[in-house]
Amino acid sequence: MPATLAIPLLQHIGMPARPLVAAGERVLAGQLIAEARGYVSASAHASSSGTVVAIEERPIPHPSGLSAPCIVIETDGADAWAELPEPLADYKSRDPAEIHERIRWAGIVGLGGAAFPTSVKLNPGSQQLIQTLIVNGAECEPYITCDDRLMREHADRILRGVRIIRHLLGAEEVLIGIEDNKPEAIASMQEAVAESGTGHATRVVSLPTLYPSGGEKQLIKLLTGKEVPSNGFPAQIGILCQNVATAAAVADAVLEGRPLTSRYVTLSGRGFAEPRNLEVRIGTLASDLITRMGGIQREIRKLVLGGPMMGFALASPEVPITKAANCLLALTPEESPDPGPALACIRCGKCAEVCPVNLLPQQLYWHARSKDLDKVQDYNLFDCIECGCCAYVCPSHIPLVQYYRYAKTESWARENDRRTAEHARARHEARDARLERLELERQAKLRRKKEALDQKPDIGKTAESAAAGSAAADAKKAIIEAARQRAAAKKKALAEQGMGPRNTRDLSPAQQRLVDVVDARRGAAQRRELEIEDRDP
Amino acid sequence: MADAIGSSPHGAPVNRTDQVMQQVILALVPGTVAMVWYFGWGVLINMALASAFAVAAEAAVMKLRGRPIKSALGDCSALVTALLFAIAVPPTLPWWLNLLGILFAILVVKQLYGGLGYNPFNPAMAGYVFLLVSYPLAMTTWLPPDVPELLEARGLVTLSFMDSLRLIFTGALPLGQAWDAVSSATPLDEMRTQLAQNQMISEIRESPLWGDYGGRGWEWVGNWFLVGGLYLLWRRVITWHIPASMLLGLLLSSGFFWLLDALAYPFPAFHMFSGGAILGAFFIATDPVSACTTKRGQLIYGASIGVLVFVIRTWGGYPDAVAFSVLLMNIAAPTIDYYTQPRVFGHGRSSG
Repeated sequence: MPATLAIPLLQHIGMPARPLVAAGERVLAGQLIAEARGYVSASAHASSSGTVVAIEERPIPHPSGLSAPCIVIETDGADAWAELPEPLADYKSRDPAEIHERIRWAGIVGLGGAAFPTSVKLNPGSQQLIQTLIVNGAECEPYITCDDRLMREHADRILRGVRIIRHLLGAEEVLIGIEDNKPEAIASMQEAVAESGTGHATRVVSLPTLYPSGGEKQLIKLLTGKEVPSNGFPAQIGILCQNVATAAAVADAVLEGRPLTSRYVTLSGRGFAEPRNLEVRIGTLASDLITRMGGIQREIRKLVLGGPMMGFALASPEVPITKAANCLLALTPEESPDPGPALACIRCGKCAEVCPVNLLPQQLYWHARSKDLDKVQDYNLFDCIECGCCAYVCPSHIPLVQYYRYAKTESWARENDRRTAEHARARHEARDARLERLELERQAKLRRKKEALDQKPDIGKTAESAAAGSAAADAKKAIIEAARQRAAAKKKALAEQGMGPRNTRDLSPAQQRLVDVVDARRGAAQRRELEIEDRDP
Repeated sequence: MADAIGSSPHGAPVNRTDQVMQQVILALVPGTVAMVWYFGWGVLINMALASAFAVAAEAAVMKLRGRPIKSALGDCSALVTALLFAIAVPPTLPWWLNLLGILFAILVVKQLYGGLGYNPFNPAMAGYVFLLVSYPLAMTTWLPPDVPELLEARGLVTLSFMDSLRLIFTGALPLGQAWDAVSSATPLDEMRTQLAQNQMISEIRESPLWGDYGGRGWEWVGNWFLVGGLYLLWRRVITWHIPASMLLGLLLSSGFFWLLDALAYPFPAFHMFSGGAILGAFFIATDPVSACTTKRGQLIYGASIGVLVFVIRTWGGYPDAVAFSVLLMNIAAPTIDYYTQPRVFGHGRSSG
């Protein structure tokens, strides 16, 4: 039992959770300590009993070693559990909304590593008919075996979760994809399928062990032969993918009322005396985990969270294990040698040979290097899944993935700047139009006043001609104003048709949802501002 | 955990540029041994000279550019350029022409464009063509292959190591030998000259100069380079696309004309095993820096070189054409690449 648990408020894609406890409060295991805020968000639970000592910024697992708000719990060792909600064993006869709510309450996110809130993913919208549920039992990366272990030991639990998910989605068939280097897991899952009597709709499929088969789009292609469209998501082609550990967590939440408070983590690398898979409480510090493993046995070069291909090096071991953390690697210098300075690209094309998405990595590299963001997007930068295969085979040891991440981040930043500028311009134009309108109104008012005054003494010819002149000027102004409004409307229509740059088209579904949420918020804020401006004389 | 922050992936890299280049050098060994066997020590002396010149030139430029010299020399790319150049030139080439060609290849074609990876043209071939255009006589003065019948017919002796050295450095022939007798045209040159005199292939091939497919000795050099090429394929240093398409392009175009008129056009195997076809297909056209990089592009690139080799050999001004064809296609490579991009996952073809 670790003495301290640090539970980050943001362990998922979406909005950070809102804390429900305060420092000094006593919490029980399984108690909801932070609730989901907004639609795309996930709640968090205490993973053991103890006292909340602080809600503060702590180092979190992040490539740049950033800190973020965490609920810090000092455990009391009793591991006393809170009262849990009733099991929903009769989920088939209940309102699906209730099941969704339970999954949302349990704080379940995609445990394969993406950490996208499962309740959101399981609600693809009434337009999207899901025919096939794919259960991902292909381990994401070399070294990682936590899903293997789970499938061997908890096949029935996984299948119970799969049945719940299938029921929620109304999927006709279930394909469980497992790589063929895990014969025990395949056997165990097949046995469980046979026992459950769902063999007619559920199939365990053995896949060749070839990284990155565990990637969602790659797995779908392998199992169904279908390709998820470049800027789309699997639900568009009637497929939904769930990791085996996520399915097990769904079973726990629905059938036992247990929230997600722990997960299997692979601890490997030659830095450890013996690689193992451990069930780890969410919030356990990596340093505590290392102690539990008997410490680092050899000199290591890197502590990597995640797999060797896509994980990131930890700046410090004092970071908590989150829901997304599937693996902690203590890599020795032999396992992860310093590649030395990058040499010149000799255009050998090995990168293109191994790219699972059929990109031309070296072209991306040239253009990313020369900061040509348009060109790099022409070569489909945003289809890159950052699997690292290209960098792995590169004979010149060029950190290719780093270049792609750089180009992506720069593109996003540029897009953001463009939107900000667009917004500012729109506001400026609105302001100009308003001022002009007010000025015209003021002049009209003055004129009417003057006319009223003029009419009193005599109706002279001079006044008449003056009135005619100003009427002509008014007509001219009205024409100009009408043209201006037409131009503004056209610009707005173009923007709505999405004539902006392409980098917003290639977002992943998760990013798209985030963008939508932000857009909605921004739209609301803009409306408020305009209202305020309108009221302002 | 000193330099912990680094981008993924974290594993040990599986390939190294210098090892790729070393594999190429290793693969050149069988063909080189065959060349030394048939054409004497001059081949080796040229290789040694070219290597020394190339390494010195590369080091000098790196120093001028303020770049690390060691890593530039460590990648062995200058060495590969030098060896390919030395294999292409005649074994009698004066040392200063060797120097001139290498300086052109390394300084102008490679380093002026930015060094390894940036050169649009194959440096070895550009150096070779530079000399061929400027010094056509010296560049086409080959020795006859060291086959007893051929030497006896001319009353020649095999050049010893010292003879070769003296020839290369001073231009002096062994006593009692004359240039006219010592030198010999390459089989391609011979075939070309004879055809120009309206000889028929069947008559031309009666000379003892000819072997089973190409010239005596020459065809065996080709065979041994083929062995090296297959080794590169096996070690996955190169893929089959460029060599296969280039040889196929050459075979099909020469085969077509041979079928039209077998007396005026040599049969396809002659083209395959003469001149630089095999060497070019496996070692020169496959130079990744200046070749196409997309798979479909490589097929087009290779096939075009093959056809061009036949066209230039048959109707062009020079007997062999591998170097010209490679350079011509080098300049087309970026355009071919642009139009042959592979379909990216999830793009195009309607899914589902």
